[in-house]
Amino acid sequence: MNKKGSSKITVLLIIICVLLAIVPLFALKDADFGGSDDAGSDAISEIVKENKGITDKNYEYEPWAEPVLEKLLGGELPGEVESLIFCVQTGIGVGIVAFFLGRLTQRSKDRKKYGIPDDADEE
Amino acid sequence: MTKREKTIISLSCAFALIFGVVPVSHGMHIMEGYLPLVHCLVWGAISVPFVVVGIIKIRKLTEENRRTMVLIAMAGAFVFVLSSLKIPSVTGSCSHMTGTGLGAVLFGPAATSVLGIIVLLFQAILLAHGGLTTLGANTFSMAIGGPFLTWIIWKGLKGTGINKPLAIFLATALGDLFTYCITSFQLAFAYPSETGGVMASVAKFLGIFAATQVPLAIIEGILSALVYMALMNYAKPEMRAIGLVAEK
Repeated sequence: MNKKGSSKITVLLIIICVLLAIVPLFALKDADFGGSDDAGSDAISEIVKENKGITDKNYEYEPWAEPVLEKLLGGELPGEVESLIFCVQTGIGVGIVAFFLGRLTQRSKDRKKYGIPDDADEE
Repeated sequence: MTKREKTIISLSCAFALIFGVVPVSHGMHIMEGYLPLVHCLVWGAISVPFVVVGIIKIRKLTEENRRTMVLIAMAGAFVFVLSSLKIPSVTGSCSHMTGTGLGAVLFGPAATSVLGIIVLLFQAILLAHGGLTTLGANTFSMAIGGPFLTWIIWKGLKGTGINKPLAIFLATALGDLFTYCITSFQLAFAYPSETGGVMASVAKFLGIFAATQVPLAIIEGILSALVYMALMNYAKPEMRAIGLVAEK
């Protein structure tokens, strides 16, 4: 594939990714898209409720351990701080990927400039 | 309002009607304290040998050729990025990708389990996301089971002459989906329904975790294929060191 064709496909694929991520947000206006961490816990509460024959409507399964951080804080991590730490996680990852990709693209440019084959091993 | 806008809006409404009926919940790692102690220990014990083999494999890779560190760092960072992005999905809840498929393609599932467990520890300790008691179970689903399927599909497709980025897309997308299928089974083993048994619970959890994950798995497949293409363009010597570019 030539370079122009492949960068076109790259852009197209990135657009598809973005669409896949944001279309549900606009299509499902009523959904809450909660970012909290009660993943599946409602379903667990439901199953336990059914199995034990609990009739209490407000029954919730009680986990037997709590996250270290919540223990230290004596409560839940504030939402804004949670998103901060998630951003730190993204930032660390993007930083490393971008740093090395930058180095690699520059290396390939330099090699072209000095006529070194781009798959030559480095000493 | 133009005619085009009208079409787009009616299309999106149809979309909402089709997918809006799925119950709302958030599909991610298994939360702290939600698996019985025995399950935590068993999943942890199963995961240990994989991680040990992975550490040995990474040491070997870097000793043979120090340049592979670049790829290991990038694959690890890729897991960091993808597992930090919570993305809204068609079920009306958010989930995140795993990012471990790329590592599996580059280094195999064992080495990937080490990259995955680092991220899981980060999230369990700093984010109260996932958990230390459920670390073994989450490691098995996200850092071992999913990558293992990815690796098998990749190995199977590689020899068939199929377009390589397409093979990576398929392998990593299905691996991502498989991670959440494992999560569903893990929860179902812990919480079998009294009336329908384990399978009834499996169906319930699959409806939550796997359904949410489908579009995200596609995104993960695309992103993994793009990174692979970039590496093939700019990192040929490193890719040769791990055997993805033929020897000269």
